[in-house]
Amino acid sequence: MQKNNMRFLAVDIIYLTLAIIPLLFGIVLNILFTPASSGIEISGALIYFTIKMPLQDLPITESQVNSWIVILSIFWICMYMTHGLKSKDCLRRQHIAEWIVNTTESLVKGNMGEYFKGFAPFIAAIMGLSAFSSLLTLIGLYPPTSDINIVGGWAILVFILITYYKFKCGPIHYIKSFGDPVPLLAPLNVISEVATPVSMAFRHYGNILSGTVISVLIASGLKGLSSIVLGWLPSFLGEIPILQIGLPAILSVYFDLFSGCLQAFIFAMLTMMYISGGFPAEDFFKKKSRKAKYNKETI
Amino acid sequence: MLEIAIGIILGCCALGAGAAMIAGIGPGIGEGNAVAKACEAIGRQPESKGDVTTTMLMGCAIAETTGLYALVIAILLIFVAPGRFVNILMNTIGK
Repeated sequence: MQKNNMRFLAVDIIYLTLAIIPLLFGIVLNILFTPASSGIEISGALIYFTIKMPLQDLPITESQVNSWIVILSIFWICMYMTHGLKSKDCLRRQHIAEWIVNTTESLVKGNMGEYFKGFAPFIAAIMGLSAFSSLLTLIGLYPPTSDINIVGGWAILVFILITYYKFKCGPIHYIKSFGDPVPLLAPLNVISEVATPVSMAFRHYGNILSGTVISVLIASGLKGLSSIVLGWLPSFLGEIPILQIGLPAILSVYFDLFSGCLQAFIFAMLTMMYISGGFPAEDFFKKKSRKAKYNKETI
Repeated sequence: MLEIAIGIILGCCALGAGAAMIAGIGPGIGEGNAVAKACEAIGRQPESKGDVTTTMLMGCAIAETTGLYALVIAILLIFVAPGRFVNILMNTIGK
């Protein structure tokens, strides 16, 4: 048992180090590629290198690298949490993992209905990826969610899923659904269809980016204020931005922790609502039962 | 002459960004209403606090969208638009 325990611990340590290594890698890359600049400034994602492509060069940006870092970290953390599952006297991490699975399953069942219960892993993945990407600011990395390309990609994925479930009753039903109250409103329906992914992407990206911008503005403002108030002190004492201590941290609790987690939750909730809302459940089940009846009769 | 033109472009971009953020009033009023009604609902039925809070956060997020469109326009006007406009100006002068 003792020997087994040692091996168990060793595997645990390997999983945890594999989860931390990508983060360290991201920090090192960030330090290596950040250009020397004066003071605080707002900038987009850094471009690490570009791959030559026939049509257009493909830049590998900080946000792409960071989102892969988040994916790898989440993967190894999941491996760690599901390591050594037992049916009785289980470990603490197993309770956490079970709580996560139960919560997402009940959330998906409550919001999308019984037919969509297979969506629970996808929703949990989106929520975890989004939340951890936003929380990446806590260790000083660029959050991928404040880049519209990343969030736009997720929104397009959700849009494809919505359209797929709208197509479940056949293309004719899908085209008919555009002229819903009156056929005259079809152009407006098309616009609202396109506006769904756009608004989802802009909502998530705008919230995270606005938090970053406000934090940076307040930090630079406090720096200026402290140089005005304490500038009369001799030599280096006047250059220490004393007023920067404290307030940005309190604001970060709202802008990074609360806003990041809330936006992840909202993105997942909207995904669930749009997918289950666009699905023509009544017609689909009617058609299915009619088909089953027909099959029974012919056999 | 060129300096004046570039100055006008930069100033107008800043003014436009400021004017775009007037749109922040709308979501502010809307979200305030939503939260007020949610507080009322929780006061009337404290046992439904969880559901009311979730629905309120969802509604707030959707009401916020228009404000965020304004924010995106303002950010574009500050960080992207000046460079593009100055480039266009340079190109027309070059011709």
